[in-house]
Amino acid sequence: MSLTKHPRKLLVIIAESLIESLLIDDVMHMGAHGYTVTDVRGRGASGTREGNWEADRTIRMEVVCDTDVADQIGAHILEKYARHYGVTMYFSDVQVFRPEKF
Amino acid sequence: MIDVVIFFFILGVIARLAKSDLRLPEALYETLSIYLLLAIGLKGGIELSRQPLGDLLPQMGATALLSFVIPFLLYPVFRGLRLGAADSAALGAHFGSVSVVTFAVVTANLAQRDIPYESHAALWVAIMEAPGLVAGVLLARLFSREDNANRTGQPNPMGWGKLAHDVFFGKSVLLLIGGLIIGAIAGEAGTAPIKAVFIDPFKGVLALFLLELGLVAGGRLAEVKRFGLVALGIGVIVPPVLACIGAAVGWLLGLSTGGVAVLATLAASASYIAAPTAMRIAVPQANAALSITVSLGIAFPFNLVVGIPAYIWLANTITG
Repeated sequence: MSLTKHPRKLLVIIAESLIESLLIDDVMHMGAHGYTVTDVRGRGASGTREGNWEADRTIRMEVVCDTDVADQIGAHILEKYARHYGVTMYFSDVQVFRPEKF
Repeated sequence: MIDVVIFFFILGVIARLAKSDLRLPEALYETLSIYLLLAIGLKGGIELSRQPLGDLLPQMGATALLSFVIPFLLYPVFRGLRLGAADSAALGAHFGSVSVVTFAVVTANLAQRDIPYESHAALWVAIMEAPGLVAGVLLARLFSREDNANRTGQPNPMGWGKLAHDVFFGKSVLLLIGGLIIGAIAGEAGTAPIKAVFIDPFKGVLALFLLELGLVAGGRLAEVKRFGLVALGIGVIVPPVLACIGAAVGWLLGLSTGGVAVLATLAASASYIAAPTAMRIAVPQANAALSITVSLGIAFPFNLVVGIPAYIWLANTITG
């Protein structure tokens, strides 16, 4: 049996966990069908974040969606949050089995 | 004699400075902080069940006002030290709000010295969490130019509704008030079955939590260098000054010696749970690292080691 794969975009957003609920609202509002969030720690332009207490936590949110939606979400987050909050985003091409899910 | 729990804090700081691999699991930190908040609330609530709430109204009003006024007092001082408007407002909010663990340590200290204090003092903690935060946001919205620019152009991502939700339903206020209400309804007899978990082991849990906070605070010490003498000065001068104001308010309210010491400590303490979260969301342009370094890296250890014994001495002296 040959399974058909469909191209989609994977948008990864790494941000302060304080804005998690805001990001979720925005991402879902802008047409994503779902997301996955994990707690992470690391180092970047905003310094080292170890995640061992409330104000020091970082999340990594993955969203698989259409290219248009990913672009819109990315632009929106850049404008609304990137100025004052630690935010990292990157895009990559992925393939999925069931396109209607994304 | 230094209270034994302080040694755990110092151990955490040393472990951190020595780059030890000691790291408490995040889930444990979360569990311990939930435990402490609930236990403090319950203990205060049991006491509340014994007295009419109406009698406490003057105290409730005065403590709320104290927390609200502190950021307004500090704002011009911080501005005078050349901090930006948003930074001054946010840092003031950290001092206006309170540190629950500092409260736990002063009460443990008083118990050890057999100095009685108002057992419903947890109510003051719950009341003093929020007003300082509201004052900080007001100051930022009034004076921060960037915030005013945002008002015309891009809206601030956070309205007052979201702030109110985050403050009142954030874990610290929710668990403190929840514990107070449960304790007040259930009373001494009702809470007897859970006493073995929530009341008796309190100090041991506090010691463990202080070990973790030592690790976190130790990590902020490197940041102190970055912000220099101004941050260090603020962290060690502001708490005793605020403690004097708190002690005066406690004395005017006619509190016991222990009560005056508790209120002085609450006024001197800086929040590191509710305030960083609320300020990050409501005043995002403020430098979060500065506020956290001052509140958790400097003011918290200062209050623990030097401040609390001094505030107890102060309370003893003025209530003599």
